[in-house]
Amino acid sequence: MKALMFGWEFPPHILGGLGTASYGLTRGMAQQPDMETIFVIPKPWGDEDQSFARIVGANTTPIVWRDIPWEMARARLEKFMDPREYYWRRDNIYADFSYMHTNDLGCIEFSGRYPSNILEETNNYSIVAGVIARTYEFDVIHAHDWLTYPAGLHAKSVSGKPMVIHVHATEFDRSRGKPNPIVYNIEKDGMDNCDHIICVSDLTRRTVIENYHQPYWKVTTVHNAVDPLNPEIEAIERLSGVQEKVVTFLGRITMQKGPEFFVDAATQVIRKTDHIRFVMAGSGDMMDQMIRLVAERGIAHKFHFTGFLRGKQVYEMLKSSDVYVMPSVSEPFGISPLEAMQCNVPSIISYQSGCSEILENVIKTDYWDVDAMADAIYSICTYPAMAEHLKLEGKIEVDNIKWEDAGLKVRRIYDNLVGRK
Amino acid sequence: MKTICFYFQIHQPFRLKRYRFFNIGRDHYYFDDYANEDILQQIAARSFMPANRMLLDLVNQYQGKFKVAFSISGVALEQLEIYAPEVIDGFRELSKTGHVEFLAETYAHSLSALFDPEEFRNQVRHHAERIEALFGQKPTVMRNTELIYNDDIAEMVYDMGYTRMITEGAKHVLGWKSPNYVYQAASQPKLKLLLKNSRFSDDITYRFSNYSWNEYPLTAEKFISWIAATPPEEEVFNLFMNYETLGNIQPSHTGIFEFIKALPRFASEHEIGFSTPGEVLDNHEPIGAINVPNSISWSDEERDVSAWLGNKLQQSALKALYEMGERVRLCTDRRLKHDWLYLQTSDHFYYMSTKHFGGGQSHFSPYMSPYDAFNNYMNVLSDFIARVEAQYPETVDNEELNALLTTIHNQEKEIKRLQMELKTVIGSNEKRLVEKVKK
Repeated sequence: MKALMFGWEFPPHILGGLGTASYGLTRGMAQQPDMETIFVIPKPWGDEDQSFARIVGANTTPIVWRDIPWEMARARLEKFMDPREYYWRRDNIYADFSYMHTNDLGCIEFSGRYPSNILEETNNYSIVAGVIARTYEFDVIHAHDWLTYPAGLHAKSVSGKPMVIHVHATEFDRSRGKPNPIVYNIEKDGMDNCDHIICVSDLTRRTVIENYHQPYWKVTTVHNAVDPLNPEIEAIERLSGVQEKVVTFLGRITMQKGPEFFVDAATQVIRKTDHIRFVMAGSGDMMDQMIRLVAERGIAHKFHFTGFLRGKQVYEMLKSSDVYVMPSVSEPFGISPLEAMQCNVPSIISYQSGCSEILENVIKTDYWDVDAMADAIYSICTYPAMAEHLKLEGKIEVDNIKWEDAGLKVRRIYDNLVGRK
Repeated sequence: MKTICFYFQIHQPFRLKRYRFFNIGRDHYYFDDYANEDILQQIAARSFMPANRMLLDLVNQYQGKFKVAFSISGVALEQLEIYAPEVIDGFRELSKTGHVEFLAETYAHSLSALFDPEEFRNQVRHHAERIEALFGQKPTVMRNTELIYNDDIAEMVYDMGYTRMITEGAKHVLGWKSPNYVYQAASQPKLKLLLKNSRFSDDITYRFSNYSWNEYPLTAEKFISWIAATPPEEEVFNLFMNYETLGNIQPSHTGIFEFIKALPRFASEHEIGFSTPGEVLDNHEPIGAINVPNSISWSDEERDVSAWLGNKLQQSALKALYEMGERVRLCTDRRLKHDWLYLQTSDHFYYMSTKHFGGGQSHFSPYMSPYDAFNNYMNVLSDFIARVEAQYPETVDNEELNALLTTIHNQEKEIKRLQMELKTVIGSNEKRLVEKVKK
């Protein structure tokens, strides 16, 4: 079974959860002996792990024929791929795109991020997908999130192979119910014309069925999993120098993540106790508002902001925490509580996050139920049995949530689609 | 002659209200009166009332040939008295017939037998007094909470003056032996034991209305014929169940009441009688000893105590609770003592069980999750502990406190004695003075 996957990010260069999840899934599927994956991303950096999937960069795929000498191709492309592939792809240019802006290799430049002209990038991505789909052989197409749906659809129309789309988030989650109509249309078009839809939680599945009017039989939930921690991260020690217990919020400080509810709960707890401190890690458009709110409440002496954390810092923060809180208002899955549990940190999550569907050894509250959240924070910081139990059982639980199992579920969907054709 | 021994358990906990940590130190009332009243009245209407009526009719109709026994926890009695006193009246009438026996148990339906022997003794005594006051009979057969039993409990129960006890006929304890005999405790041979017949009891409690059961529908005729078909030397059939089986676990539309009503008729056709646990234990000699080093109960497939003690949460909550035992017994505050009893009820710890994950949370837990249950309970317990400590500071240890209290108590007595003496001295002096003046 060969899959052609379209993604937008790939570790180590990731901006959100999408990259982690598509990477995990691909790696999990690579455990199946007869599974091969070609993973397309807009802009590879050259340091991606290619041991289990072949990375194809959209920015190294020509759409305009240029006569490039071998030496030049090698010099420019060797760190990304076998330079011969450049010529193979060049043989499959299918139309005259010389009106487009391309570089000296005949390739379109991609930012690989989320720039303001993102719609243009998704369109360019789909043009490149036509070349890629003609170059490589595959049995099934798999597109991760709306940015890649047009590319996937193009590959489908070129090859006639079945297409699966993977919904990591919908426009409804990102906008708290006020979707951008252009994005909505791209999403709906992808869902209408694909052969199967995979959602990361039942919550998302419901959104897809209700708000995108998809038939229920076409939509399957495959919950995300988490990669085991590597030994380097495992070895990180607790850094915190304070005596108090540390309660952490970690993520983008935006509407979707419900940071104001965390501040409210912290206010309740700080007023009543003196053995608990709060940390809000991350950045986002609501950060300044949160800083003001904390100052207004008069709890700034026990409430800290760290700003944006990257890479190892995330784990240092987690390892120094006693409680992890994710009060998301609408979270398609939410992988970070699983990471906290891997670090032996008890977690409190909202019922409105997809991961609450599969996690048992966490405390769940409604995101708006600030009292319950405050109570749970107090309880974990005050009753050692609670913290111990959640740490131990949570670690056992999360160690059993594996990408391989998610990969098998996805494989079953592939098998069905390929068999049907 | 074969005999059927029915015993029904009646218990309802005082459920706790939602108690957040900011209530600690401010709010000393812990119970969800609304839920408790609502649940109890529903059960009373669906189960206790019609079942009481039916049993009274049967006892009268068969004039002493049909008998049953009850064990009613103290906390359930208190709730019945407040919310459904007519149920208590029903039990009183049943008791008057002379064919109904009441068993002894822990007042709070607590796990004290496993943690605090002194508390256990107190509660059993307290419960027996209550039963005697309400129903005019002194319980003589012991039934521990959830039929929890082990060798140590056997000795403890015997030392309290009970020679008869009932428990679960757990398969892993009995092995090839049949529960249909009277046994004795291995650790205290003078304690006779009556064991629950799990198969027949569960046929009624759990399988009665199960359509997918191959014996469905279960009729009285069929049920009695099963009992009659057992080897003739097996004479005792102990059907121990929750009283709510009649009408609540098995709703009346399943025909459970008709089934019970028809039992005595078919039983008498096969010459099978009915007895109370006390009678069975008096009329039969034990045929062997039962050795139970690890606690058993009537709960779950494992028939052990893991439903209450299975995880760290439960263990630590119980430990924190029973560490207060000695201290609370030194207190005299009535409300404190009441709360102490209500907080010991085993249900609170059952709600914290994580055994039932996956199969859905146990349907009668008022909490969304075991963590919720633990959290709420610990908040309540924290407030309770603070109240106990407010009575006597923590810095004084129990022994010292006890000594001080004894001293105070003795000094009070001494003062009283001296006052009396003083009075008599003054009195006699007055007399003398009066006499002097007269002279």
